[in-house]
Amino acid sequence: MTEILNKLLDKNSLIFGFLLIAIIVYLSEVVAKKLGKGKVPGSALAILAGLVLAYFGGVHTNGEKGLSDIPLFSGLGVFGGAMFRDFTIVATAMGASYQVMKKAGRIGLISLLVGVVLFFVTGVAVAWVWGYRDAVSLCTLGAGSCSYIVGPVTGAALGASSEVIALSISAGVVKAIAVTVFTPIAAKYIGLNDAKSAMAYGGIMGTSSGVAAGLAATDPKLVPYGAVTATFYTGLGCLLCPSLFYIVVIKIIEIFS
Amino acid sequence: MIIYGVGILAFSFLMGQFIGESLGHWLGINANVGGVGFAMLILLTIKEWFLKKGWLDSAFEQGVDFWSKMYIPVVIAMSASQNVKLAVSSGFLAIIVGVLPVFLGFVLFPFLFKKEVI
Repeated sequence: MTEILNKLLDKNSLIFGFLLIAIIVYLSEVVAKKLGKGKVPGSALAILAGLVLAYFGGVHTNGEKGLSDIPLFSGLGVFGGAMFRDFTIVATAMGASYQVMKKAGRIGLISLLVGVVLFFVTGVAVAWVWGYRDAVSLCTLGAGSCSYIVGPVTGAALGASSEVIALSISAGVVKAIAVTVFTPIAAKYIGLNDAKSAMAYGGIMGTSSGVAAGLAATDPKLVPYGAVTATFYTGLGCLLCPSLFYIVVIKIIEIFS
Repeated sequence: MIIYGVGILAFSFLMGQFIGESLGHWLGINANVGGVGFAMLILLTIKEWFLKKGWLDSAFEQGVDFWSKMYIPVVIAMSASQNVKLAVSSGFLAIIVGVLPVFLGFVLFPFLFKKEVI
């Protein structure tokens, strides 16, 4: 019986991966509703759960690929691999529209640039203070401070170590939670109260899940306006971090050393 | 047809990755430079073009929509396959990198927005 089941799961590891993630998401949603009162997005919790599971997987196998190093869970490595990851991120561009972006126009574009630069520079500066000196790690951590997608995409493109990529994902997850929790608190102090300001806010903060959840807790009417600019943030980050920003970081390191 | 949407998405993805790989090669970085970003721009451009031509039907959109909704599950699977054990040793860094710029954003936002810099 166990033998049949093991053989079945081994042959269909990717499908088993789908089931596992569905279970993780369901449990995270339940916990998010009960404990966080909707203040912490279920998706952010699920990502944290994934990182925790990866930790135990790493402790168990001493491998480098977290939970997916355990043969039973190898499907997670395929499902969460570069191919599916990039494919699904590209698909999210479909949610953005040229027409709505035209309305956001200058506000959206400039706030996006300001946002990506602000988070990247702060992330790189903190990583530098922490002791990182190589351009690849610095850029990956700076990108991780943009979002938990820009970080690993940049890390993968530049060939960063799995450790730094995991750190950049954690940083992005922390950011998404911080934006979710602090947006409704900060909203009235920073003048976040209409469509225009929401578009600028989405551009500055980026992380779509955090912005969408944070704005929903502030004023549900603002959600689509924040989300429309935030949708572009990941694309812009993926475009700039491993290219232009990477070259700039290399040049700055050359000056300082 | 749903597969047309998936096909266009695959086309945009491969084109973007090709541009990213070529750009990386051209810049001498030996890495994919912004392939995902280019693919997103290509997909958006094709979508706008199809919209004008009236070729965009709901089944087509569903083909892309499904994958766009899978991105968070994929990211969860990805986090479950990362080397977290090593990262945990400097876990505090992730918290500072994640939280500090958010607060800087809160501080800067009213200045940038009210002074109409943005």
